[in-house]
Amino acid sequence: MAAKIAVRNLWKIYPTPDGPLSVLEGIDFTVAEGEFVAVVGPSGCGKTTLLNIVAGFEPGDRGAVAVDAVPVSGPSRKGIVISQQGSVFPWLTVRRNLMFGLDGLPRQEKRRLADHYAELVGLKGFEEAFPYQTSGGMLKRVEVARALVVKPEILYMDEPFAALDALTRVRMRLELLRILAQEKHTVLLVTHDVEEAIHLADRILILSSRPASIRSILKVPFAQPRKLTSPEFIELKEQILRELGV
Amino acid sequence: MRGKTKILAPAVLVSVLVVLWWAAVAVSETIIVPTPWRVVLGIVELARQGTLLDHIAASLFRVGSGYLLAAALAIPLGIFMGWFHGLFAALNPLTQILRPISPIAWIPLAIIWFGVGNMAPIFLIFLSSFFPIVLETTAGVHTIERQYIRAAQNFGVGGAALFRQVVVPAALPHIIVGMRISLGVAWLVVVAAEMIALKSGLGYLIIDSRNAGNRYDLVVAGMAIIGVIGLVLDNAMRRLERLKEVRWKYGR
Repeated sequence: MAAKIAVRNLWKIYPTPDGPLSVLEGIDFTVAEGEFVAVVGPSGCGKTTLLNIVAGFEPGDRGAVAVDAVPVSGPSRKGIVISQQGSVFPWLTVRRNLMFGLDGLPRQEKRRLADHYAELVGLKGFEEAFPYQTSGGMLKRVEVARALVVKPEILYMDEPFAALDALTRVRMRLELLRILAQEKHTVLLVTHDVEEAIHLADRILILSSRPASIRSILKVPFAQPRKLTSPEFIELKEQILRELGV
Repeated sequence: MRGKTKILAPAVLVSVLVVLWWAAVAVSETIIVPTPWRVVLGIVELARQGTLLDHIAASLFRVGSGYLLAAALAIPLGIFMGWFHGLFAALNPLTQILRPISPIAWIPLAIIWFGVGNMAPIFLIFLSSFFPIVLETTAGVHTIERQYIRAAQNFGVGGAALFRQVVVPAALPHIIVGMRISLGVAWLVVVAAEMIALKSGLGYLIIDSRNAGNRYDLVVAGMAIIGVIGLVLDNAMRRLERLKEVRWKYGR
């Protein structure tokens, strides 16, 4: 079976006043349909650049990136990005945000879908609220729901929960797992949070510091639901942290 | 601040100033500066004659025409200047050259071009309203956070829909600030513009009252009415800033 996402020998070099700055050096991996792959690496190593290239927001310099065996040439509704800063439109209500990506559908249908996904992520009753009237955790739910409502095949997540408090962060992970159990998206997650990666992912890609190359790829051998405090979990976390040089 | 204080504090301040004004007139025994009461009588006199509303209507008509015409052109221009770097590079220097020229400086040319009818003051108002709106709109587009544009692209929203659904609403808080600033300037300018050879408007009322018999009660009456209308206009614009669609930008 062909890979959902295939990254082959990807290089990225930025020109800077001090000469070329190499960010990615020969990144090579695949993500299978329905698989959850997390990319961890030291901060500033080029994780976000990697995600931007795979999602179509930046071109790579060498190598190939393909989704469903088609070379990526730009962003598309097939894969929606959920990022740390968030991109929920502050001038629209929660419901209008969820309806944003649904142009072309009849109004009634847009509304039905928006309300369905609002409920799925626990936003029922807040459909008419404006983003500034909600909390950081709710805003993140809006962003997740807005992505899900267009039925993307892939979710690209760039430190999605990093700006949230510790409790909300864990809660959002559990919510995400619950949703993925129903909707079966392929997910590429970029994070510096090793615990988050082990909690969520089927496989973890460990990157070196900049210029990033793949140090290792490892399978997370635990079934969901995963217990964050089990000895095996902690052992794996320590192993990854050691690889990251912590 | 609580609702009551918001009205009470400025009301007390204005009352104190009126009392001081009154006392100053009484103590100095001036016959030129009118007492507040004579100003009130002056306003009543103008209202009885029926000319007061005509003057107000004439001024508001000129401001309304010039201001709306400016907004209709300046908002689209500002949006495009903010979005297209080439257009900004081409037009911004010209904007910065024209902007510091006071509309009053255009009066001689305005009279040559448009005569002494309504068109000259409308042109001056247009000029004074135009630049604040262009500048604020451009700044509004320049400060749109990149992730909103990226999200729109991700959902396949581009072209005219991108402007309608993202660029304009994201810049709207700035546009409204520009419109509030320029309405204030427009109101400032209409009075000056009407002091030149027109037969109506609040500016004309002030100059005419002095020229026709040193009626300083009516001069001050005109000033007071201009001030109050300015306050009302500003309040109306501030109401726009409280819309839920734009409040995110101004802080809670």
